[in-house]
Amino acid sequence: MAGHVFHPGHQELHGVTVVLETHGPTTYVGRFDSQDEHGVHLHDVGVHDAVTAGASKDEFLRRCDKFGIRPEQRDLLVPAHEVARIRRLVDAVR
Amino acid sequence: MPYNPALVAPMRQEMTTMGARELTTAADVDVALGDQSGTMLVFVNSVCGCAAGNARPALRLALQHGVKPDEIVTVFAGQDLEATSRARQYFAEYQPSSPSIALLKGGEVVHFVHRHQIEGRSPQAIAADLTAAFDRHFGATV
Repeated sequence: MAGHVFHPGHQELHGVTVVLETHGPTTYVGRFDSQDEHGVHLHDVGVHDAVTAGASKDEFLRRCDKFGIRPEQRDLLVPAHEVARIRRLVDAVR
Repeated sequence: MPYNPALVAPMRQEMTTMGARELTTAADVDVALGDQSGTMLVFVNSVCGCAAGNARPALRLALQHGVKPDEIVTVFAGQDLEATSRARQYFAEYQPSSPSIALLKGGEVVHFVHRHQIEGRSPQAIAADLTAAFDRHFGATV
């Protein structure tokens, strides 16, 4: 069993709060469910849009880390072609 | 819908055996948190095995530290719904997650540990963060 797999049969990040950066202006923070040919499935997702948001992405992530994630979408599929990078939130703010 | 009580009984017992007082109603929460002058740790318990399964042992380790809160209380998310909802009103600035841990001093939240700061980490690592927070917020001032 790999290092952080706590749900046997699931992917390593299953259940972990991640930052998903897209190739566009949008960044998502939410609980990773799974990744398949369609994309990445997240739950309880906070959203940052660099075009419309008042705060920077870094500030958004710092607030998520300190105060928690305010979910704007309960379930979300981010299409595979939009996914640029996925990191744990705790690593993103370190 | 609350979980089967038989399923969560060992998780409750794990908390009470380390000295935590269970708050199962909103009234319990108000009595404990409503007019608080000392230091307190509120543990929002959870059935989540990957996070709470490490958070409870982490707390047990942290409570062996020399500096610790005066009182430990716990509510059970997904089980004691009313008590959990009321407890969260006392730290409403923070988004709900479970498990999570709030440290209070004189009724004010001085430190909060979210689920995302627990998941995927060892009990020892979580305990180290907690004891550092105990020292920072509850340690004697010189």
